[in-house]
Amino acid sequence: MSKKRLYLILGCVLFAYVLLAVAPVFAQDVTEAEYRPFPKIGSRSAAWIAAQLHLLFGSFILGVPMFAVIIEFIGWKTKDMRYDRMAQEFIKLCMGAFSTTALLGGVLVFILIWCYPKVMSKLSGIFGPTMIFYVVLFFGETFTLYLYSYGWDRMQGRHKGWHLFLGVLLNVFGTAIMFVSNAWLSYQTSPATQYGVLSEGRRKSWIEEKLAADPSLTPEGAMEGVTSHTMVPLHNETTGEFMGTVWDAVNNFTWMPINIHRLVGNIAFGGSIVAAYAAFRFLVAKTKEDKAHYDWMGYTGNFIALCGLIPLPFLGYWLGREIYMFNNTMGINMMGSLFSWLFILQAVMIGVLFIGANYYLWAGMGRIDGAEIYARYRPYMITIIVICVAIWMTPRTLSKISTASELSAMGGANHPHLGLFGLMTAKNTAVNIIILTTFLSFLFYRRSGKVPTASWGKVGNIAISSIFFLATVSIVVIGIVGFSVPTDLRVNILTPYQVLIALAVMAVVTVVDILMYRKATTSGTIQWGEMTDRSQYVLILLAITFTSLMGLMGYARSGLREAWHIFGVMQDTSVDAFTPMLSEAVNMVAIIMVAFFALVGFIFWLGLWGEKKKQDATAAAEAAIAAEGDD
Amino acid sequence: MKRLSLFTTCLIILVGSWVFLEFVVGGLISVPIPGSVVAMYMGLVIIAILVHISVEDSLFQEFLRPIHETLVDDRRRLRRRVIAVLIPIFLLGYTYSIIAQRANPPGSPRDAHPSPPLELTYKDEVIGTMQDVVNPFRHYEKDDPEAFKAHVENGRRVYHQNCFPCHGDHLDGQGHFAPYLQPLPANFQDPGIIPNFQESFFFWRIAKGGPGLPAAGTPWDSAMPVWEDHLTKEEIWDVILFLSDYTGYQFRTFGEAH
Repeated sequence: MSKKRLYLILGCVLFAYVLLAVAPVFAQDVTEAEYRPFPKIGSRSAAWIAAQLHLLFGSFILGVPMFAVIIEFIGWKTKDMRYDRMAQEFIKLCMGAFSTTALLGGVLVFILIWCYPKVMSKLSGIFGPTMIFYVVLFFGETFTLYLYSYGWDRMQGRHKGWHLFLGVLLNVFGTAIMFVSNAWLSYQTSPATQYGVLSEGRRKSWIEEKLAADPSLTPEGAMEGVTSHTMVPLHNETTGEFMGTVWDAVNNFTWMPINIHRLVGNIAFGGSIVAAYAAFRFLVAKTKEDKAHYDWMGYTGNFIALCGLIPLPFLGYWLGREIYMFNNTMGINMMGSLFSWLFILQAVMIGVLFIGANYYLWAGMGRIDGAEIYARYRPYMITIIVICVAIWMTPRTLSKISTASELSAMGGANHPHLGLFGLMTAKNTAVNIIILTTFLSFLFYRRSGKVPTASWGKVGNIAISSIFFLATVSIVVIGIVGFSVPTDLRVNILTPYQVLIALAVMAVVTVVDILMYRKATTSGTIQWGEMTDRSQYVLILLAITFTSLMGLMGYARSGLREAWHIFGVMQDTSVDAFTPMLSEAVNMVAIIMVAFFALVGFIFWLGLWGEKKKQDATAAAEAAIAAEGDD
Repeated sequence: MKRLSLFTTCLIILVGSWVFLEFVVGGLISVPIPGSVVAMYMGLVIIAILVHISVEDSLFQEFLRPIHETLVDDRRRLRRRVIAVLIPIFLLGYTYSIIAQRANPPGSPRDAHPSPPLELTYKDEVIGTMQDVVNPFRHYEKDDPEAFKAHVENGRRVYHQNCFPCHGDHLDGQGHFAPYLQPLPANFQDPGIIPNFQESFFFWRIAKGGPGLPAAGTPWDSAMPVWEDHLTKEEIWDVILFLSDYTGYQFRTFGEAH
């Protein structure tokens, strides 16, 4: 990397730091104005674009180091330098995107402070200490990333352990940063009916409130029965003033579900972007070596994305459950009312992700000699996945997409039979079956070209088949039972059981399969680079779908607040105090997606450009030396 | 027996799926499926076929072979001519079917469920937050079964005096007024109605009726009367007890968060 570029990155990062550091001060100075309009596109659109782009870049730079450090570790343990080189290449991509993430974060803060001074004043008043913590963590992450990236070659050999430690530290900083910023936005969604322990600091104002409400009380009477565990509302019911501790605000209903959902989502997203990058490099590669390398890289990226994708529906379900717990109205708005059609779109996109990921695995088996024996199962697996996606996509209420005569023929807005697919118990069953089928695809891929030598191979196969069969039957039976039990029981017991069955199958079968194929003989090698171009376009499609999906679900998470900046506490009185239509959101997400890929493409191209220049210079120098030798 | 070509197999799957959806599910097994849903399912069938034929190059070539033969092979001249005639006929027929059909108004653009308010009120009295309000007589179910039975019986009386003309004597939304209403009255026998909502949601819907529906998600076009003008709070809660008692479905409850 040239010095100029390094200074540019450092400059951008420092600029973002300064913006973040002065954020609370700005917010305090401008409390007079509630809102200021952003020129041309309006405040909401400006904040939306900046926030979503920042989040997409942030997700990428937080996700990539997680698997880069694991791949580096594998390379270190197996002494296979190919892994080490790939991990380094991942981090190089990350470096390119890091400064842009910081810059977009700075832009977002600028827009928020300028357009929403009162909201920012309120939030910085509550979360001030966490903002300082955020800045400290940001410094920590930046310098760790630089040390990790620039020290890669120098720390080979006996310092490798320390280098890996730096990688882990980088992930700790990155995850902590995300947790902190998640606290701010999750508080906006789920603060209002939150209760907390009556702290010492709060005690005096609480007594005053009680006395004001009931003048006949004495201070002693107001405190009667109050212990250190007494729970009290955290907001003043009249003014909306927050009276809890910072931890009360941070540890709100949706904070931890969002943390974990995003943490795993980052891995899936990072993997898919890396895979798309590899796919692009594969398509433009001129040599067989390059094709083989980027084929392998694309496969690894897709594998990582799949690992992240599989638990994501469960984690999303947990987040949804907590939203219902926090406020039932918000839950109904999300799944049954204002945002319900968004979840049909979500089902379509997740369907694309699973079908695409399976397609890539099946196409990949074409480059392994001896994988043909598994091809006969493919039509059945496609059928199962497509039926499950169809169930997931079926809306509960069809009034918006039916004609009046169709509604009469159905006897209402719900189809008497297909309408059952619209209920969560059917959809959860479908998603668990999709996940198990995807796992089976991966299992076939793993086994391709290998012949087990374990004496109990046949028994092992029967055991694995039985496990799959029993698990599928159990998941379907639980799903059917789910139609007739109280919702509380279904949400808290039956659905988690379905998830546990799917996870247990994956864990047990993986262990059995590893043991079976531990000393397997090879019947065919993987012909890296022998992939169809179509499969590479699928990798690019997956990255586009992930990006769009994140944008759409971001609209849902943010839109659920409706006309509130902080739900139930601080009302949105700006000109944008309405929920944008789904079509408007889809257009906005599409614009952001295109902008994101344009930026990512530019950053990656810059990296390639510099690399090519370096390679050309090296080639020229080598040619000159060779020419001198000839003389 | 001659093995069917991949192209023919795919064509049979495509047509077979359509026949299955339109005539087997939408005729023999159940009621007709809306065209948009059939289109969605057929889209998935096409995707499944495309995935299958394109995942391997050899399969892709096998799929394309009859198309290629039809287009260029002289031995397939008759097939080519038949298809050349059939395509415009199909397009003409399709166009005619769209233009010639009588005007079919679209369904209701209303949301699936109305978005409830944060506070539950009866007339102007605030009962509490939608999240926290519970049926004051629900606890009798465990504490005093006789009292609970009396409340359910009262709910049955109120229901049959006021609700059954629309919602039906089996609570399935098939009352004798129902055919003349659009949207149709709620079907409480549907597993997706009662279990998805708290009792407070039902109280709100009964008390405020059609006129009390929110501004968002309109037009509702609900014929539901404002029952708080005619029924007491206790009567509304009793009707709610009767709904779950009769159908066997339990209203949604929430455990402790976190």
